[in-house]
Amino acid sequence: MSEKCILLDHGSGGLASQELISSLFIKHLDNPTLRGLEDSAVLDRQNGRLAFTTDSYVVDPIFFPGGDIGKLAVHGTINDLAMRGAQPLCLSLGLILEEGMPLDDLERIIISIAEACRESGVPIVTGDTKVVPKGKGDKIFINTSGIGVVADGIDISSKNAREGDIILLSGTMGDHGITIMTRRAGIAMQGQLESDTMPLHRLVARLLKELPGSVRTLRDPTRGGVATTLNEIAANSQLGIELREESLPVRPQVRAACELLGLEPLYLANEGKLLAVVASDRAEEALQIMRETAEGAEATIIGRMFNGKAGRVVINTPVGGLRVVTPLHGEPLPRIC
Amino acid sequence: MKYFDEYRDGSIARALVADLQKAVTRPMRIMEVCGSHTMAIFRNGIRSILPDGLELISGPGCPVCVTSASHMDAFIAMADRPGVRVAIFGDLFRVPGSKGSLANASSRGAKVDIVYSPMDALDLARKHPDDLIVFLGVGFETTTPTIAATILAAKNQNIRNFVVFSTQKTIPAPLTALLEDPALRLNGLLCPGHVSAIIGAGAYVPFAEKYKIACVIAGFETTDLLTSLILLARQIGAGEARVENTYGRVVAWEGNMRALKMVEEIFEPCDTEWRGLGCIPGSGLKIREKYREFDAEARLDIPLTPASEPKGCMCGNILKGINTPRECPLFGTRCSPASPVGPCMVSSEGTCAAFHKYGMDE
Repeated sequence: MSEKCILLDHGSGGLASQELISSLFIKHLDNPTLRGLEDSAVLDRQNGRLAFTTDSYVVDPIFFPGGDIGKLAVHGTINDLAMRGAQPLCLSLGLILEEGMPLDDLERIIISIAEACRESGVPIVTGDTKVVPKGKGDKIFINTSGIGVVADGIDISSKNAREGDIILLSGTMGDHGITIMTRRAGIAMQGQLESDTMPLHRLVARLLKELPGSVRTLRDPTRGGVATTLNEIAANSQLGIELREESLPVRPQVRAACELLGLEPLYLANEGKLLAVVASDRAEEALQIMRETAEGAEATIIGRMFNGKAGRVVINTPVGGLRVVTPLHGEPLPRIC
Repeated sequence: MKYFDEYRDGSIARALVADLQKAVTRPMRIMEVCGSHTMAIFRNGIRSILPDGLELISGPGCPVCVTSASHMDAFIAMADRPGVRVAIFGDLFRVPGSKGSLANASSRGAKVDIVYSPMDALDLARKHPDDLIVFLGVGFETTTPTIAATILAAKNQNIRNFVVFSTQKTIPAPLTALLEDPALRLNGLLCPGHVSAIIGAGAYVPFAEKYKIACVIAGFETTDLLTSLILLARQIGAGEARVENTYGRVVAWEGNMRALKMVEEIFEPCDTEWRGLGCIPGSGLKIREKYREFDAEARLDIPLTPASEPKGCMCGNILKGINTPRECPLFGTRCSPASPVGPCMVSSEGTCAAFHKYGMDE
């Protein structure tokens, strides 16, 4: 007997769709708002401004060490809300499934989404599923949108960074990117490579509560890595950024894989890290707060905003030299020799 | 991390920088032959702390950069053929020919696979028995042995749908061409690390003797590069010209005999076209008659039509060290890593890419 898999019927809106919704989605993602299965979720009145974001997830492979596409879809959108200082309220979940996808794989992903929602305290309140014919998709694509609440007085933006501010990174660089790239290339590495996917809203809430007014900018360096995100901060704030190469945190196994493939950790994606620009007089405190949390246990100060050429990121190398750190152009491609 | 941290130690590096300052006692021009050296020098910020009088010139050691436009066109035409699946190293993907790149071909449905080793192309051959897998061999001595080993493996495993389109090149031949050019006035060569691991440090003795040029083989870490520059500066200062090897942990004097033997078994020298340098006799490698079943050129009709270089692009002169990227009118305007015009901007080892990626305003 063949393995149970997704059929075009599952996206038809008919009986097969309903069966999928009750046996899978409601079973695992259940909450009072979702349970109603109405055309849209109606949310309670909130105290504060609303933050609203959306992101799509097409990662291949869909399962990888440290997570899967489902976890990523929950954490990624939560983090995008958190980076504007919002407390995440709820998410939507849109699935585009390819005909023939094993049902077991789908269930594994839905269970993982449910775990991520439970663990982060942010429910899925509305959703949609479509099925495309085999070959028209790639197993599963996920879109999540999220709504969050920004408390009065909070203004987090990359425009707000000021001269002299200190830049902190909440942990090591490149763990997610290198895990995916080595998996995709079928390269088995010694030492464990693992995605860093995790929600950062609690870490953000603590920083904002304990350092009111001193946190200027929060960004999660996902695609394009720390290098690209810092370039955006520099451009938006019209300031220069200066980094110390020796202070950039990279796990030894990530470095080893990067050396092998000719990649730079600065350009690799992260899914559970944030860059924080903090007023210099509170930077040490911010570092201590981060390090007290599980999410930021390996946080470090990596550089500062300075009155250099607007929009430019430079790095101090161990020889005492300087080089420019440009944003990523295109996909990182492995070198030839 | 072992074998890296020792060579990147900041305090040792700063002491070497001070030594380099002392060693440069007269104006000198040193060519870093290899593209990975160009990149490593920039990445480490070494360019920004070079002593006055020491001029570093980037050489032709970037395999993608020296691939002629007519070869790129042939690659793209090959990828567009029905029933063909080309396997490439990632660097080649975005290199423009005269009409688009392999990336463009891929977007219109051509089968282009990026592989990490030529051996991966054999896996593709097994997975796609109805396709002819064409591995586009673009590289120097560093990649030739693995391609030779792959051809031997294909023969042993009787894989019939795998061929190599070889534009493999050797490094000594263009060095001769460059050193014959009086316009360059070179005093020293920072010799490649990984090419030398195959051909051996001894391969540079004829250059040191005939052209009276200092040769030092270097690794790719901060202290490797600084130590090698110091040795070059000392030789040049003392009027000496000999071969020294600071990459002894990888490079032997006689090279990798086993790899050389395998290359000799499969390949024979041929004349080949270099972008910027023209046709250099005996500088290329083609597959021997005995292995013609794995030779794309023998099995497929591949027309090589002359292709003109992009208008205004100075890659040719940049590869020869005659011009620097900033002297090119397209640099940073029409030509950038996001939309490259010439190959020196595409390759991760290209001089223009290095200047664009890491260069401070000089």
